Amino acid sequence: MYTREMIHIENLNKSFGDLHVLKDVNVTVKESDVVCLVGASGSGKSTLLRCVNFLEKKDNGKIIIEGKEITQDTHDINEVRQKVGMVFQHFNLFPHMTVLENIIEAPVHVKKIPKDEAIKEAKALLQKVGLDDKADVYPSKLSGGQKQRVAIARALAMKPDIMLFDEPTSALDPELVGEVLSTMKELAEEGMTMVVVTHEMGFAREVADWIIYMDEGIIVEKAKPEEFFTNPKEERTKEFIQTIGLK
Amino acid sequence: MPSIGHLLQTFFDSSDLFIDAMLLTLQLTVVSILVGIVIGLFFALLKISNIKALEWISNTYVYLVRGTPLIVQIFILYFGISGIFLIPDFWAAALALAFHNGAYIAEIFRGTIQSVDKGQMEAGRSLGMSKALTMRRIILPQAFRRSLPPLGNQFIIGLKDSSLAAFISMNELFNVATTLGSNNFDEMTYLLIVAFYYLVLVAILTLIVRAIEKKLAVSDR
Repeated sequence: MYTREMIHIENLNKSFGDLHVLKDVNVTVKESDVVCLVGASGSGKSTLLRCVNFLEKKDNGKIIIEGKEITQDTHDINEVRQKVGMVFQHFNLFPHMTVLENIIEAPVHVKKIPKDEAIKEAKALLQKVGLDDKADVYPSKLSGGQKQRVAIARALAMKPDIMLFDEPTSALDPELVGEVLSTMKELAEEGMTMVVVTHEMGFAREVADWIIYMDEGIIVEKAKPEEFFTNPKEERTKEFIQTIGLK
Repeated sequence: MPSIGHLLQTFFDSSDLFIDAMLLTLQLTVVSILVGIVIGLFFALLKISNIKALEWISNTYVYLVRGTPLIVQIFILYFGISGIFLIPDFWAAALALAFHNGAYIAEIFRGTIQSVDKGQMEAGRSLGMSKALTMRRIILPQAFRRSLPPLGNQFIIGLKDSSLAAFISMNELFNVATTLGSNNFDEMTYLLIVAFYYLVLVAILTLIVRAIEKKLAVSDR
């Protein structure tokens, strides 16, 4: 069966000054795939994710989203970003707006959806992430896990085709990680195409279709979860799995 | 030194003139701060534009204002403006003060805009919002809240600075005090009285600024 390529990255390079963060990276993500990017801090996985929605500017290489090669010159990046939702480690909710206002902000002001319609959709999304009672609350009154679920709802409000997660549970207290992961898992089960930078190996093993292990700006190994954890091919992957104590 | 009795007598006798002058001082201050806020926001945005030429313009403006005495600026702008356009003295004085306040307000805004976490801009951009839209809807509302206390402070400084408008014949507080003082050969009495008016005005403004700060602290989110 043919499935659409949602993200296709070819020979992507990115440096910060003298530091070569991404070295000739090639990645393909197909429709409904859940891809987990794992690796040590500084391996380039967050930078790779941020290049996909152009928060970082690539040095060279190709970024192809839904079949179209995207560059800052040929495409309206704002339009591309509407299809590619992003969830941040530190939530980045808008503190001067209520939960509901956070969610309808972009649909109303970017997509020009009528406000009452946007509110209706936002309430449905809040129900989906289990926070329909928090619509009129300001973000400062929420726990970390609730904030991240609002952030997910906010990204979903733009009806993206792809969702990017940049260490979505790394800033959370351990007891709040589960609620965010289960929201993400539901999303995956609905068929959302997802790229997740994570240290949660349990989640990666259970939910991911593919696991990509990165080290020093290079993709060392891409494998199905079972294979990745039980029978890694590369020496560096084996070491990584040993250090995180999962086998 | 004048006696207490003489001071009080003079205070009540001159109150009509001083209250008119106080209203003019307040008008000058309010107009110059409001116009200064518009100028300040404009130059703050130039400053953070990441466009070298615009940054240079903004930095030069701030440098010129900070690097020269206010009285010199007032004279230059007063004679400069009235040499080209026929505008009322009030507006010449108000615009000169606004030009001065604008530089300090630009620095206030630049600081508070840059103090907003850069994740806010990224979050807006990641939702497909343009840079300008994110600035207007997300960054500036947060920056404005943080700007209120330092703006209140600038308001108090601007109030006192408006006394220099006396030198371009505005009948504001300080001018009335020196005129009455020299007409009556009684400078010290009128200077003490005008100092009292300034203190009252500043006390009121300080209370307002504090109330705003308190309100912001309560709803701090």
